[in-house]
Amino acid sequence: MLIPHPLLGLRDSEEFSYLGDATLLERPDGMAADAPQRFYEYQHLRDNPAGVHRELWFHEQGDRSWLVVTRNTVTHEILGAELARDVKLAMAKGGAA
Amino acid sequence: MTRLSGGLIDRNRSLNFTFDGKSYTGHAGDTLASALLANDVRLMGRGFKYHRPRGVFTAGSEEPNALVELRAGNRQEPNTRATVAELFEGLDARSQNHVGSLGFDLLAVNDLMSPFFAAGFYYKTFMWPKAFWEKLYEPMIRRAAGLGSLSMQADPDSYDAGFLHCDLLVIGGGAAGLAAALTAARTGARVILADEDFRLGGRLLAESAPLDRPAAEWIAEVEAEFASLPNLRVMRRTTVWGAFDHGIYGAVERVSDHLPTPGKRVRQSLWRITAKRAILAAGATERHIPFANNDRPGVMMAGAMRAYANRWAVSPAKRVAIFTNNDDGHRTAADLAAKGVEIAAVVDSRPDAPARGSYRTIAGGMVTDSKGRLGLAKVEVTQNGRAEWIDCGALGVSGGWNPNLHIASHHRGRPVWNEAAQAFLAEDGNVAGLSIAGAAAGKGSTAQALASGAQAAVAALADIGISAHLPDLPRAEDEALNLKPLWHVPGKGRAWVDFQNDVTVKDVKLAYVENLRPVEHLKRWTTLGMATDQGKTSNVTAIAVMAELTGQSINQTGTTIFRPPYTPVSMSVLGGGDTGAHFRPRRLTPTHEWAKSQGAVFVEVGQWMRAQYFPRKGETEWRQTVDREVLATRAGVGICDVTTLGKVDVQGADAGEFLDRVYANAMKSLKVGMVRYGLMLREDGFAWDDGTCARLAEDQYVVTTTTANAGTIYKHMEFCRQCLWPELDVQLISTTDAWAQMSVAGPHARKLLERVVDGFDISNEGFPFMACANLTVCGGLRARLFRISFSGELAYEIAVPARYGNALMARMLQVGADLGATPYGTETLGVLRIEKGHAAGNELNGQTTAQMLGMGKMVSTKKDSIGAVLSRREGMVADRRVLVGFQPVNAADPVMAGAHLFAEGAAQDTANDQGWITSACYSPHVGSAIGLGYLVNGDSRKGEVVVAANPLQGQSVRVRVVSAHFVDPEGGRVRD
Repeated sequence: MLIPHPLLGLRDSEEFSYLGDATLLERPDGMAADAPQRFYEYQHLRDNPAGVHRELWFHEQGDRSWLVVTRNTVTHEILGAELARDVKLAMAKGGAA
Repeated sequence: MTRLSGGLIDRNRSLNFTFDGKSYTGHAGDTLASALLANDVRLMGRGFKYHRPRGVFTAGSEEPNALVELRAGNRQEPNTRATVAELFEGLDARSQNHVGSLGFDLLAVNDLMSPFFAAGFYYKTFMWPKAFWEKLYEPMIRRAAGLGSLSMQADPDSYDAGFLHCDLLVIGGGAAGLAAALTAARTGARVILADEDFRLGGRLLAESAPLDRPAAEWIAEVEAEFASLPNLRVMRRTTVWGAFDHGIYGAVERVSDHLPTPGKRVRQSLWRITAKRAILAAGATERHIPFANNDRPGVMMAGAMRAYANRWAVSPAKRVAIFTNNDDGHRTAADLAAKGVEIAAVVDSRPDAPARGSYRTIAGGMVTDSKGRLGLAKVEVTQNGRAEWIDCGALGVSGGWNPNLHIASHHRGRPVWNEAAQAFLAEDGNVAGLSIAGAAAGKGSTAQALASGAQAAVAALADIGISAHLPDLPRAEDEALNLKPLWHVPGKGRAWVDFQNDVTVKDVKLAYVENLRPVEHLKRWTTLGMATDQGKTSNVTAIAVMAELTGQSINQTGTTIFRPPYTPVSMSVLGGGDTGAHFRPRRLTPTHEWAKSQGAVFVEVGQWMRAQYFPRKGETEWRQTVDREVLATRAGVGICDVTTLGKVDVQGADAGEFLDRVYANAMKSLKVGMVRYGLMLREDGFAWDDGTCARLAEDQYVVTTTTANAGTIYKHMEFCRQCLWPELDVQLISTTDAWAQMSVAGPHARKLLERVVDGFDISNEGFPFMACANLTVCGGLRARLFRISFSGELAYEIAVPARYGNALMARMLQVGADLGATPYGTETLGVLRIEKGHAAGNELNGQTTAQMLGMGKMVSTKKDSIGAVLSRREGMVADRRVLVGFQPVNAADPVMAGAHLFAEGAAQDTANDQGWITSACYSPHVGSAIGLGYLVNGDSRKGEVVVAANPLQGQSVRVRVVSAHFVDPEGGRVRD
């Protein structure tokens, strides 16, 4: 597989390690009243779509960027890749996730 | 020798070889199969289940029968197809899968037991009694039904792996592939042409007159032009075996399989080819027509028989017959007749079959049986209900051609049955960027293949913005097959479909009767297509037979899923040379050279080689050395390289805030110049890793991790920084390899260090327990000093730039000689920390919590940190197992890590399990074995005796529960 790194261009997937669902970006507030329930969901509940999926990849043998990669899990087609920090900062500003 | 005229063998070069110990001669250009046929050897192996005699069936990589053990000693290679084994001087091959001689196989008795080996026999026959499976049935089946054997020795040859990139990859070097490569390479585009054969040309080499001029001449011209094009890479002996994602193809180049030994070359290379576009021009595989007893040596594919005659100048017999349902069978008859082979008859199942030569044609006939003990002697032909026996030494069977669409189907696009072509065809784009040309696309005549290859290249290049022109191609034959389907000859005898796994038409019928009708079920119930040939000569035929039984169309019946590899790939080449010392990188510590010079014994710790202990003269056993190192450290001073612990430099205005969120305990409040122990949890609340956190400046911390987790924790911290809290002003860099770090421990540690540092005050007042500082040592060398202790002694860790590791170690031992300075390794490190009761990897095994470690209160409730919320889950909090120490009641008894703990007299089972021993060692300080472990309510059970049991080894030791701190429980020494 080849991953289009937003800074470095097409890179072989062997340079990356995989973490999983990009919803991991949406870590709940640990001090909130409903934290136990929210953390239970954050930690354990995942969608497992046959189709388009947003997921986290780490450019471990490269520039050590975390990327949010949009991939079709059926065809392995990669529809895009963004720096995770940009995605998270946009989320914090209230932009689209 | 029985050679015909012509052929593409070099008659001036003779090659000697042996088969089953007997010597033969062949020629350069031969395969083992063609050379054996030229020596009148038809019997080449035995069937898988029934051990019936088998001969060569094809002339290519699809071969199901002629599997041999090639080479001897540590190069012995089982299940090698004789049809693709290139002959070399001294080649040594043996037939396989028989007990006794190949001619008289004792296990041929299995043939009489064939009713027991029907479809699904694994699931039906050997079920009871249960104990017999492991002891009797399985070994017996493996003995009887095995194929070749392994040498059981390490492969002595080298392998390599590499990457290639191109605009266009052409898979297959036959008519279509040559035309495609020629068209593409002339544009200057980067082109790779890969072919599994040692000679380019594909079927052009196997036909008598495919072109209007000698084919070999045209191929030579093309090859000469290829040689002049630097943008084209021609890879002979290279099998493209799989299509992977995003235009990546796997290929194996057999660099020196055709040589007696590789010499200085690699044996094979694994290539990962990244191609913008690819053309599959892999040709087609002929299919046979099952009839009763169709597995005798001498029965083969008609196209293969023709290939042997035209390319290798050999016929499997002097008198042959043909069984066909199309015009192609007649071509074989004509070619062999032209070379003087007697054609006994062409049995053509089409009632209106025309007579096409001077041989006898039996229109509307079928071959219904065969005879011959170790090879074909005669076939029974039935025409209009009348049977007749015809003498022949070989029979060519032609049932049509199956396009080799495997690679095009590796991404699950299902091939579709094409009624006109009477074949499954795959669509362009089933693998993105891959198109299909020539016989692989059902365009099987030479003219169609040439034209479609060139056209596919023009289209593929146009796709990526390169304009190409159709080349002038030679005129070529353009004959149709005129095939009339015949999938099997009806009858009662066993008619083989899959030769390699011994699956017959009867087995397919049985699967139908037993309701295992979908092809995926059929495959697994009968083992059809599951042998090393993956059913290349059998799958489509079986699908058609099943379709006939169910009344569904062949298209509805469908194919099984195609998966890589296309042909078998050796494990060695998949390793790509990453074996032995090259299996993974080997990391050496900054004091490695010094340790080596001191005669250290090394141990692998992950990728690291660490000094395990430093034996001295007269020490005959490792325990002597370790006991000495431990005692010397506790009495004087010991020095140990601890560089392998992970180090992460954390800088920025928000560094403290960041670490507060990453560690369970508080870090923002740490004063500059001080160190704090830090515990990290996983987000699920379990303890993950521990280390120290030193604040070197307002905006700079240096944190350490365990050796094992150095990479993972760094990655996790980057995740936290980039994915969770990118708004924080903080930067991370891993500095594990940048600093050589040494632990200096023992009552004389300060005295020693005072002789090294450049006039800094490291007195107890000036540099108290848990202090840290940047300073210089040895007259100006920058260094970091941390007053931390893993051993329970007065101790420091000193770090210098990695390249000074050897020098600093040598200097410290030199200046500390009068203080008893002693180097120690990982064994002593372990003993010292167990004696002190410090947790390490054994205690932080991913199943334990801060509370179990006795650190529950460290998990701050005043702030949010990773894992804090879930660490307070009910089930985690309710776990009452706590880390304590253990000492055997009888001082001579051992304590075993991994032993489970039980109350005395309790049954040793899961219900009564009270915990386990995590770490154990012999403690020279205590004078007996000691252990650490988790015990239910252990903190309130000091003095109690429990049983540490290891039921697997029948061990049971009485141990007393004690404090985990065997040394200086008050902690006075570290603060001294």
